[in-house]
Amino acid sequence: MRFMYIVTSPHMIGPTPALMEAMGKLSDREIKAGRMIDSGGLMPLATGAQVRIRDGQLSVVDGPFVETKEIIGGYAIFELSGKDEAVAMAKEFMQLHKDYMPGWEGTCELRAFATPAH
Amino acid sequence: MTAADAHRAILAVWRIEQPRLITSLARMLRDVPLAEELTQDALLAALEQWPATGVPEKPGAWLMTIARRRAVDHLRRNRMLERKHELVALDMDQQQQAMPDFDSALDDDIGDEMLRLIFTACHPRLSREARTALALRMICGLTTEEIARAFLLPEATIAQRIVRAKRTLSDSGLAYETPRGEELSQRLSTVLEVVYLIFNEGYTAARGEDWLRPELCNEALRMARVLTAIAPHEPEAHGLLALMELNASRAAARTDAAGEPILLLDQNRTLWDQFQILRGMQALDRARGLGGAGGFYALQAAIIACHAGARTAEDTDWARIAALYAELAAVMPSPIVELNRAVAVGMAEGPDAGLSIADRLVGEPALKTYHLLPGVRGDLLEKLGRHEEARAAFEAAAALAGNRRDQELMKRRADAAAAMKMK
Repeated sequence: MRFMYIVTSPHMIGPTPALMEAMGKLSDREIKAGRMIDSGGLMPLATGAQVRIRDGQLSVVDGPFVETKEIIGGYAIFELSGKDEAVAMAKEFMQLHKDYMPGWEGTCELRAFATPAH
Repeated sequence: MTAADAHRAILAVWRIEQPRLITSLARMLRDVPLAEELTQDALLAALEQWPATGVPEKPGAWLMTIARRRAVDHLRRNRMLERKHELVALDMDQQQQAMPDFDSALDDDIGDEMLRLIFTACHPRLSREARTALALRMICGLTTEEIARAFLLPEATIAQRIVRAKRTLSDSGLAYETPRGEELSQRLSTVLEVVYLIFNEGYTAARGEDWLRPELCNEALRMARVLTAIAPHEPEAHGLLALMELNASRAAARTDAAGEPILLLDQNRTLWDQFQILRGMQALDRARGLGGAGGFYALQAAIIACHAGARTAEDTDWARIAALYAELAAVMPSPIVELNRAVAVGMAEGPDAGLSIADRLVGEPALKTYHLLPGVRGDLLEKLGRHEEARAAFEAAAALAGNRRDQELMKRRADAAAAMKMK
């Protein structure tokens, strides 16, 4: 099963070097284990834009943006045997944050990819 | 958490941690089968303790501590040990004390050890059955029960295969060796064969059967990704990964709701997994970039890529497929490849050209009982309006077909050809 992990946090600051290193090692291990397919960090919304439809009108919002509480910091895509393994993976990833960036708070959400139905 | 939940959670952690545990122990013990056995002890310990204590904060470190302790115990217990081994044990002891929380477990570069593990599990000295069982056990961390379910065999059969295979390895002094350079490339084909066997075992499984059978496809894909990550310069590893990704991308389109198979050209292409196709194409590009365009797996992947890249069945580049089959036949001469080429040529140049290739295969001993030879001939004859000959070919195909579905399909086509003749 394919899962997407989305990491959100109210903190604006990026990961500490120690956390970066630990995450790098985890990524390396998971690529070599054939499980991690893709991953990436995301820049703040100010570097992008929102294209919306509201009241039948399409508009491009290029900022300034209202402060959102949760900022999406990054994502990863994994191929795993199922939800149990996916949760175990997320716990290991978040434990690194706990260990290497004390005080950080955030959420790692994992979602199974939709599979086409007949 | 129920006992069943806890059990599943433990097995999930196990699957993640198992490769690192076994490679780490193999390095300590210089014996892969023994390392596998002792890591199993760590799993048993977890299954015993975690349901009561909960999964520890760092399950990987916990398992590693137990596993390494077992390894040290083993080294100590073994009275036959020479002094240098005792020193190793002592050294391990000190190491353990020096890093109590095992954060450094992440530091281990498992690449080399993983390569050794894979080549040991897939050793050509072992039978194919033994290799597949050992690979799923040692590389993928599947339990004996899971492997047995996946292959629809009794657990005792698989357990015995694994025990025997490990004994063969130990008795032959093959418990800890890694081929390098030239030998690695040669031995790699044995490894790829095992991976592809596992994939096909899952791929040919019908829908609705035990989920573990299709799961074999995912395990094979994962093994191929491991190989491409740790042996990135081997083009055929990328070729096989491409072939499997591209084949697996059609999983949702291959059968209808009732489980009846749908032929490739009749499949709903919107159900093909584009993300997986992209990955397959990327793997094929890497194989080609490494000079492996003409490899056994890369060529087959290239053929599937022609289908995967066609938006509709009509857009299929049959001329290219026919040329690729000709190349494949040169790499691995086989009447089945030639029959496939007949189909592609039939599509590219017309049924006449295809039929002349297929006709040359009649009388080929290897295809004597292969129902697709008369099946293909029937199809080409039907397109040429030679309905009576087509009917006879489809009848012959029906008589040879091994399963009910194929038999019925061939009978239907024979009837249709007969009806056309009456018109």
